[in-house]
Amino acid sequence: MSFLDLDEWLFDLAAKIELVYSPIMDIKVYPENVDVVLIEGAVANEDHLQLIHLIRKKTKVLVSFGDCAVTGNVTALRNFLGPAEHVLRRAYLEGADIQAQIPSMPGVVPALLDTVRPVHEIVPVEVFLPGCPPPADRIRALLEQVLAGEAPHLMGSQIKFG
Amino acid sequence: MAAKTLTIDGKMVGAHEDQTILEAARDAGIKIPTLCHLEGLSDLGACRLCLVEVKGSNRLQPACAIKVAEGMEVQTHSERLQKYRRMILELLFAERNHVCAVCVSNGHCELQNLAIELGMDHVRFDYRFSGFDVDITHNRYGLDHNRCILCTRCVRVCNEVEGAHTWDVAGRGADARVITDLKQPWGEADSCTACGKCVMACPTGALFYKGSTVAEMERDRTRLEFIVTAREKKQWIV
Repeated sequence: MSFLDLDEWLFDLAAKIELVYSPIMDIKVYPENVDVVLIEGAVANEDHLQLIHLIRKKTKVLVSFGDCAVTGNVTALRNFLGPAEHVLRRAYLEGADIQAQIPSMPGVVPALLDTVRPVHEIVPVEVFLPGCPPPADRIRALLEQVLAGEAPHLMGSQIKFG
Repeated sequence: MAAKTLTIDGKMVGAHEDQTILEAARDAGIKIPTLCHLEGLSDLGACRLCLVEVKGSNRLQPACAIKVAEGMEVQTHSERLQKYRRMILELLFAERNHVCAVCVSNGHCELQNLAIELGMDHVRFDYRFSGFDVDITHNRYGLDHNRCILCTRCVRVCNEVEGAHTWDVAGRGADARVITDLKQPWGEADSCTACGKCVMACPTGALFYKGSTVAEMERDRTRLEFIVTAREKKQWIV
């Protein structure tokens, strides 16, 4: 949503880049030779884990985009409950009003990892953009630096968490 | 009172002999980052953010706890210091659970502001992710150990300004935490006068007024400043 706050600048951006992969695009496989990827969210399940290694292999610049990717943030609060099994029990059995059961669809619903981790704890990350969410002006500042071919460098209030 | 002359970041500075490096620097308009220091309370060098380099010593010294000396040469912002300060800050973030996005102090937090000031865009250490208790047994205030950095401002303000000494620190290392009375729930701590000075002094969202939600916790330190000024300067400035 914060990305959409870039408003009309999105047209300028669209003219300069080729969007090759996104959760809202009809593409199933992460392409080869990607220049820059913005990663939202922490690494929380088996699918994320597989994808992040694939992304690292096929991408030049990884951007940890937002507090969840950078710190784990709210999504990592479940880490205190213990391993995945405890988390599922807490949410689906102890927290259930009716029909308490832990959902299980192997091969369809990816299994939870025991702990949610920030992206850079799993693979090396080049750029960090904290913020929950990072406001549009910070996203723009970062993308302009990336488009100019500079090593992105945000300072001061541009790197505020939360 | 004897005056001492020293240089801080190459600038000649005059200071009273009983002043700390931190006080001398502030008087000279040189800002050194601090977290456990609070004007009017004793200093103990807990957070290590004010570490400075003093010529002739290999060890870094906490500016809040070291007195000025004649001819002292102090560096406050060398590359080495910046490196260590950022590391200290990252360790503070990694140790407990500082989730700014859902914190009562978001936007008004000294820890969060230091991260901005020191350019901390991520934490290079693995987060510990161990859960701590929240004590909301007091009828006016709450305590979230997840956000505590053990600066002990609450301990000192309660002892030195209020004179109640409700707060203390129990345990060691990663198990250390602030406690009320003999580790009772805060609401059952008889020595607490419910004055709220600990809440005013807290740099993070660890101590908060009950009922405040995300980003609502702003601290008014004017009452603390009033008492401290009255005591130290005998001036009752309202």
